[in-house]
Amino acid sequence: MTVTVSGPLPDEVYDVVVVGAGVVGAAIARELARYRLRTALVEASGDVGDGTSKANTAILHTGFDAVPGSLEARLVREGRDRLASYAEECGIPVEPIGALLVAWDEEQLAALPALARKAARNGYRRTRTVAADELRSREPHLGSGASGALEVPGESIICPWTTTLAYATQAVRSGVDLHLNCRVTGVGESAARSPRLLTTGRGPLRTKWLVNAAGLYADEFDRLLGHTDFSVTPRRGQLIVFDKLARQLVSHILLPVPTALGKGVLVSPTVYGNVMLGPTAEDLDDKEATGSTAEGLAFLRERGRRIMPELLDEEVTAVYAGLRAATGQDDYAIRSHPEQGYVTVGGIRSTGLTASMAIAAHVVELLTEAGAKVGTARDLVPVTMPNLGEASPRPYQRADLIAADPAYGALVCHCERVSRGEIRDALAADIPPSSPEGLRRRTRALGGRCQGFYCGAAVRALLDASGADAWSSSSLREAAR
Amino acid sequence: MVVGAGPAGLALSSRLAASGISVETVDREDQPGGVPRHCFHSGFGLRDLRRRMTGPAYARHWADAAVRAGAVLRTGVTVTGWSEGPPADPLAVDVTSPAGLERITARAVVLATGARERPRSARLVPGTRPAGVFTTGELQQAVHLHHRPVGRRAVVVGAEQVSYAAVRTLRDAGVEVVAMVTELPYHQASPATALDARLRHGVPLLVDARVSELLGRGRLTGVALRHRDGRGTTVACDTVVFTGDWIPDHELARRGGITLDRASRGPSVDGSFRTDRAGVFAVGNLLHAVEPASTAAREGLLAAEPVLRHLAGGTRPLAWIPVQVEEPLLWVAPNRLDPADPRVEAGGFVLRTEGRLGPWSSLVVRRDGRVLHRQRMVRGAVPGRTVRLSAAWTAKVRAEVTAAVRDPDGGPVRISVER
Ligand SMILES: Cc1cc2nc3c(=O)[nH]c(=O)nc-3n(C[C@H](O)[C@H](O)[C@H](O)COP(=O)(O)OP(=O)(O)OC[C@H]3O[C@@H](n4cnc5c(N)ncnc54)[C@H](O)[C@@H]3O)c2cc1C
Ligand SMILES: Cc1cc2nc3c(=O)[nH]c(=O)nc-3n(C[C@H](O)[C@H](O)[C@H](O)COP(=O)(O)OP(=O)(O)OC[C@H]3O[C@@H](n4cnc5c(N)ncnc54)[C@H](O)[C@@H]3O)c2cc1C
Repeated sequence: MTVTVSGPLPDEVYDVVVVGAGVVGAAIARELARYRLRTALVEASGDVGDGTSKANTAILHTGFDAVPGSLEARLVREGRDRLASYAEECGIPVEPIGALLVAWDEEQLAALPALARKAARNGYRRTRTVAADELRSREPHLGSGASGALEVPGESIICPWTTTLAYATQAVRSGVDLHLNCRVTGVGESAARSPRLLTTGRGPLRTKWLVNAAGLYADEFDRLLGHTDFSVTPRRGQLIVFDKLARQLVSHILLPVPTALGKGVLVSPTVYGNVMLGPTAEDLDDKEATGSTAEGLAFLRERGRRIMPELLDEEVTAVYAGLRAATGQDDYAIRSHPEQGYVTVGGIRSTGLTASMAIAAHVVELLTEAGAKVGTARDLVPVTMPNLGEASPRPYQRADLIAADPAYGALVCHCERVSRGEIRDALAADIPPSSPEGLRRRTRALGGRCQGFYCGAAVRALLDASGADAWSSSSLREAAR
Repeated sequence: MVVGAGPAGLALSSRLAASGISVETVDREDQPGGVPRHCFHSGFGLRDLRRRMTGPAYARHWADAAVRAGAVLRTGVTVTGWSEGPPADPLAVDVTSPAGLERITARAVVLATGARERPRSARLVPGTRPAGVFTTGELQQAVHLHHRPVGRRAVVVGAEQVSYAAVRTLRDAGVEVVAMVTELPYHQASPATALDARLRHGVPLLVDARVSELLGRGRLTGVALRHRDGRGTTVACDTVVFTGDWIPDHELARRGGITLDRASRGPSVDGSFRTDRAGVFAVGNLLHAVEPASTAAREGLLAAEPVLRHLAGGTRPLAWIPVQVEEPLLWVAPNRLDPADPRVEAGGFVLRTEGRLGPWSSLVVRRDGRVLHRQRMVRGAVPGRTVRLSAAWTAKVRAEVTAAVRDPDGGPVRISVER
């Protein structure tokens, strides 16, 4: 089990290096871990899932509205089923609550049958139209004017953080090396039969096969190998997360009827028991522009007020933004370059969480087709993830756990009811957090309505004692010099 | 059973226990005392205990008083929700502690869960999500309880009493306060406090301005400010503290189906601290975020009597007379009256205003158009500070009800401002 965060990299030749430990790269590394290969997952950030994968709408899509016949349509469909059963296996929170595509006028109502037909072409036949009165009885808090809906019972909500972490943890436990704080900045020419030399922020790295899962930077990475067939335009999505006390207002994922401009603003419960409103869709050119804006938030509130007026009276817990890797093309940009021993996994825009496991299987196929000798698959070391979801008992609700270890009954973060035991476990895990944010994604500590008023100092002190927080006392003191 | 061992819950527990009632008081923190535990400045106790104390000393005073009187005080115990109790009378709550899960039943439950400041996210301040963003509560705990470094240059958002407490804590931690910012045209603290910060400590107060964006990746590098007239500037800093803008910690109250006041967000109670759920009372900052600790403690003491009445089998009104406010008043607590006994146990009502009330303006209390009371506010009032209204007029409500004049039910009591 190897996770490194600093210092020089192992002086060995990897069979495969996967660049980028988002949900896609981590899924690929996990899939590769089934084979007798030396695999490394390298990540520029200090944590896994620190890019787009941490900031999305967390929906496990059916793919009912994909472009029929596209690679994305297939991988979303397959990925959904794979991830749904994987989630059950290792305790990733998922709730199959279903979606309602709500029509707000006659025109939208008229568009529903076509959407049902499109879903059928995508192999999804469980859609059903819901009349206005039934809609109202199922979602009594909807704003006035909803004239009907298309029900998509298979849409689910999922925990994106646990998903990425489960993949990466299982990969690492099954023998993959994870190198964090390790940006790949250069790729050497490949001479026949000799491994390729990668330049990284932590020194050289050698590999026979290379997989680019660099998310927003997949296009720039491609350029290092001479490919220019797509470029990534970050499309920002800002979201507002409402308090857990709002959860009883909504029972389905409420989707808008899609327009030319994209999927539009949705209202959805989260597996943590909050309610989410968003996202916006703004094309930008800064790949780091994950800030929120006054205009974006005003726009969301205006939309939200129409969808569910009462929601706007609830307290806001968090505001965040993620960047989709849009390419201007209608499909994923997954390309194999057998002559270079290289696969690009680009343009995994708004469905990558759902499709991740199917993308991974597809990438391994591409590598095999290109000549990688992977051998026969073996079983992975099983993982069980800590439960962050409200649909099954959290540690504070479990008498058995607390009896075995009272630390699970000692609550530190009160809004999210996170125990000292869970924080301790996260800090001691195979892939420990490197920041308060990372700890929040593993435990929910600091992620609740008070955002640290009560627990912030205590949680940070625990983190500090573990030496994980980049903004710990020592670094502040250094910065002061 | 008392939920919350802050000044309100502790004071109540001490008095109830002294009356021979069996009292269990729980708090989710490891130490009792509530918020004053981390308010290290003096300025506590003067009003109610007639001596100058620091927050922690004040917290200890009430914790000791409760224990001495015989209350069972349990810390590290979180009330996580209401449970289906045994049929009829007793109430039941679920708790989690290192000892496991428990169901505690009681004949009366008093909520004293306090209040907190809205964080940056709830105020919808846009921008990046860097480190270095605090509320006063987190700041005080980081500095005074955990002795952790904070930053070097701070901006404090808000200019009410607690904002100046934040300035003091920052100064204790060796942080330079580069500015205080308020959207209002004036500060809302006592003149002495504000003057002291500005003149003696050189903290500039920027009025009519708000933080329009947080800047910086990883660590905060500055805040963008927008002045009311549209001008914008950027202030370089690595720390920002969002102060004030209170919200009661009403989760338990709400989950218990207790009616909240829409504006204050605290449970709606009558003069005897009764909520609309039988046997459930509420006291302290949960009702009025935020009043000084002495007010919370006094309410705790005053609530003992009504709780005892309830335990002795006292009756509840079938309906209450609502007490409502008109603009620019924001809310009033308590905000309902028992028609049979409209007495208000605490020395009157507390209110908040959204806009400044000029000197010599009056609070006017009416019911069905009849003026019940008129109270002149010689010094006026500002947002974020207490406005007090005497409760003497509630006797007239009773007189009206008992005399069954015209309409025994009548309309709500309405409080408005006349300039
Ligand atoms: C607002 C929004 C809503 C969404 N909603 C959903 C949804 O509901 N359901 C769903 O399935 N999908 C959704 N998505 C899409 C999903 O989040 C993405 O498709 C997915 O996270 C992409 O994962 P990734 O691994 O490709 O990218 P990332 O998570 O960005 O990972 C790429 C990683 O590569 C690293 N990296 C980059 N360059 C280098 C380098 N040179 N060296 C080393 N490391 C490097 C980065 O640091 C980063 O961690 C949404 C996306 C957004 C923005
Ligand atoms: C940052 C700040 C600075 C202040 N400075 C001053 C000052 O200088 N002078 C002054 O007089 N006043 C000050 N005040 C106000 C004063 O602290 C309060 O008036 C007083 O603490 C209110 O007492 P309380 O008992 O209502 O609530 P709190 O003191 O807030 O106590 C509530 C208690 O309930 C507990 N609790 C909540 N929910 C649960 C649950 N579900 N289960 C178990 N326990 C629970 C909490 O842990 C907490 O201990 C300040 C307040 C704040 C927030």
